[in-house]
Amino acid sequence: MRFLRRFFIRLSNFTAGRRADQRLQEEMAEHLALQTEENLRAGMSPVEARRQAALKLGAAQAIREHHNAEQGLPLAENFLFDLRYAFRMLYRSPGFSLIVIATMALGIGATTAIYSVIDATLLHPLPYPHPSELVRIEANLPGVGAHDVGISIPEFRDLQNSGIFQNVSLSFFGTDNLTGSAQPVRIAGKSVSPSYLALLGVDAQLGRTFDPHDATPGFNLEVVISDGLWKRAFGADPHILGKSLRLDNDLFHVVGVMPASFRDQGQTAEERSPDMWAAAGFADDPPPMRGTRLPYETIARLQPGLSPEAAQGRLDALVASLKKQYPADYPSQGAWTFHLTPLAETLVGNVRQSLILLFGAVGLVLLISCVNVANLLLARASARGREMAVRQALGAARARLIRQLLTESLLLFVLGGITGFAVLFCARKFLLQFVPESLPRLNDISISWGVLAFAIVVSVVAGTIFGLAPAWLTSRLNLTATLRQEGRGSNGSRRRSGLRHVLVIGELALSLVLMIAAGLLLRSFWDLFKVQLGFNPTRVMAIETSLPNPNDPNTDIYRTATQESVFLREALRRIRTLPGVEEMAVSDRAALPLGHGQADLTPRPMIREGQDVQSSQPPLIDISTVSPEYFHVLGMTLLRGRLFADRDLEATPSIAVINEAAARMYWPGKDGKGEDPVGKRVRLRTSLRSPLPDWTTIVGVIADARTESLADAGTPQIYLDIYQRPAKALAFYLRGQVDPAAISAQVRTQIQSVDAELPVFHAETLDDVLSSSLSVRRFSMEMVALFAATALLLAALGIYGTISFLVNEQSREIAIRLALGAQRRDILKMVLRQGLTLAAAGAGVGVAGALIVSHLMAGLLYGVSPYDLSTFAGVTAVLTAVAIAASYIPALRAMRLDPITTLHSE
Amino acid sequence: MVLKTLDVLGPQHGYGIARRIEQISGDILALNQGTLYPLLLKLEHEGSIVSQWGASENNRRARFYRLTVTGRKQLQTETRDWNQTAAIIARFFEVKAEDLP
Repeated sequence: MRFLRRFFIRLSNFTAGRRADQRLQEEMAEHLALQTEENLRAGMSPVEARRQAALKLGAAQAIREHHNAEQGLPLAENFLFDLRYAFRMLYRSPGFSLIVIATMALGIGATTAIYSVIDATLLHPLPYPHPSELVRIEANLPGVGAHDVGISIPEFRDLQNSGIFQNVSLSFFGTDNLTGSAQPVRIAGKSVSPSYLALLGVDAQLGRTFDPHDATPGFNLEVVISDGLWKRAFGADPHILGKSLRLDNDLFHVVGVMPASFRDQGQTAEERSPDMWAAAGFADDPPPMRGTRLPYETIARLQPGLSPEAAQGRLDALVASLKKQYPADYPSQGAWTFHLTPLAETLVGNVRQSLILLFGAVGLVLLISCVNVANLLLARASARGREMAVRQALGAARARLIRQLLTESLLLFVLGGITGFAVLFCARKFLLQFVPESLPRLNDISISWGVLAFAIVVSVVAGTIFGLAPAWLTSRLNLTATLRQEGRGSNGSRRRSGLRHVLVIGELALSLVLMIAAGLLLRSFWDLFKVQLGFNPTRVMAIETSLPNPNDPNTDIYRTATQESVFLREALRRIRTLPGVEEMAVSDRAALPLGHGQADLTPRPMIREGQDVQSSQPPLIDISTVSPEYFHVLGMTLLRGRLFADRDLEATPSIAVINEAAARMYWPGKDGKGEDPVGKRVRLRTSLRSPLPDWTTIVGVIADARTESLADAGTPQIYLDIYQRPAKALAFYLRGQVDPAAISAQVRTQIQSVDAELPVFHAETLDDVLSSSLSVRRFSMEMVALFAATALLLAALGIYGTISFLVNEQSREIAIRLALGAQRRDILKMVLRQGLTLAAAGAGVGVAGALIVSHLMAGLLYGVSPYDLSTFAGVTAVLTAVAIAASYIPALRAMRLDPITTLHSE
Repeated sequence: MVLKTLDVLGPQHGYGIARRIEQISGDILALNQGTLYPLLLKLEHEGSIVSQWGASENNRRARFYRLTVTGRKQLQTETRDWNQTAAIIARFFEVKAEDLP
């Protein structure tokens, strides 16, 4: 209490700059006067009396200092003094300060930029209450190598009743045609269990969400819309509640509007930002059968306090008992399981590794810039040796000197950090353009207070660590030797140059690690880029539309393939008349190469005649539905049999084409040499409404094409004829010389002249689709390459600085050597050898580090070994070359040294 | 000691306090009298004493220090504590070996 009071008074004195000096002076004068009088009374001479009085009082200056210290806060005062001095030093050597601040701005700015991305994606992936309770449940059939096979309604009910979860919800992402306004639009929506939004724990900003206990078997015809759709399509109408929306020809009424900040969960950017949610009971159609798995996504909220591991254990027990109870539905070869993943992990999934890699890379850059600055500080330390010696000689304590030097380096680091942050803040719009769109929570990346705090903490921590060592060494010197020799050749400087060597070696090693990582990423990116596609994307444009899918099949005007084929043929005929169009094809979205249709690709069971029976676990295969021209437009080659033809109609026997991978995998033949699959028959369950599908005959085999994934050559695929099996989500392909800017509107006019209710969207060339499918890889490769280049530059500066410093220090020695007749070439060699030694040591350490790092990033590589010899050798050669080049300049200077001038100047 | 002096003598200036301490201690405690002033400032910051300008005996400007209520309380606690400590130490010196049970 008393201490606090004293502290606050001192603090206020300190901040107000109040001084008590005047008062003390007066008091002491009075004191002396009284004492002198007393002494005079005691019979002393006046001079003696005054002398004795002063002696008794003690050293006036020391008392004044004590008194002042008591009045204010000496620690803070000293800090201010140091700070002021540090600013003066900053001004006195602007070049040095500028370099240090720029280096640190680079390091801290880059680190902060990546941190802001990580902050939004990895650290705060789920903007929901109690995010750790949220999990995603995935059903797998490891026995047949199938993942995420969907869930049947009875299984869903088992999960609900298991007691492991507070709540379980199904959701199904799809698109709907919103009609009724001027232009039909396609909106992304989610069909969800009524408890879905309540499970996430987010409430509507206007109106309400669904009643979690709603037990309507099908859609309850209520929708909740997003803030975006509300503003876009309804002009933020405050009376929106209760109004109707026509979605795929069904009338829904709006019950709520979600807040603008709400982000849904989901695997893709599209799924995370649906425009509306419709509640469904998922129970009427078809009748719930245990064996009928539906391609729904299952998320759940765990009981409070239950860890995901414990929940997985209880889930395993549930699976085991279900298998015992229904052996017919769970054939043992499928090895059906439920797998639980924390929702946060599923969101970031594949980018997590890339982001961690980036953060590691940027951390190395930061480390290198810190090392560089530490090196510069050391270099300056030797220049200031004399100043330090003088200060010590005048009685400055060592701790006080360290404090002052530390204040100087902290000031530099913090200024660097602030500069870096400011640049980042100003350039954030520009920088965000480079972030691939597929990054989750891209819109939530912001330069927030947390990010600012991060930048400042990093600067202070780095400044303390990397400022302390130079300060320590600078303040540690042999007084007499330094003062006599003017800071040259003293003990302290030898220790300092030792440390400088270690720093440069570390810097070279770190940049080698970064360069090797960048080299490996570049090689894998290049390999992916140069991969044999198996299809030809050039001059092909894809444009999507989607046919309505009303809840009552009887109102569907595109119900059968024959009904749909009328529309398709007419639309194709009209689009073909557009200028520049040479060839046309149409397919469902699943057949769209590498594009948005990937989510539509769900493997379906395929029953092979004579090999599989209905009850066993048939293999799963990806199904696409395409028009006969599809293969030609995309340039895929037929290997055996025939393709679809105009004579194949709904009424004729159903046929299919498979790719080579499917032929290899599912018709291996008895001797393993391969069996001709042409003429074989399969049953494919494409629609939930037909329990036992008809036989489909395989008529042809095409060569493998990487339409599903660039990195994966052989995914088994089967293609059906769109004129035999109707598809709702469609993609039209136009090959030819079309104008990408105008084509979208032209195609829309043509399609809507056939059916005015259809939306037309997502016009994209396949080349663009291809390049954006590489975006995350390209982004991380470009970033790491950029960081590696920065690191190399910094390392080159570091080695240049060190060698120049050595040359400066040894100039006397070199001059003597020259005077004694040494060849200039020998001098050059001597200096270069020093540089080379440093480079070799750095490369050695760096290669060891790179081996560890490349092993860790093996998952991010494609087609290149993490220990790729040519990358390692090439990068090491580049680093060595740069190191030699950087030491060549000071070496030249050493060689051209004029011995006479040098020795005279000493 | 400063507090006690002020308690006994009432408001006093720095020189008076120093003199008093010297007298009472019988000139055994002869410190640099100047060190008194930082101490006075500290006590003032802690709220135990207050000070104001006044006129000294021979009509000179001097700063007078006066005990506050808080200071008086502090004096009491410290007196008690001191007495306790002194008593314990005194007992240690009194006790002889044969007194121990």
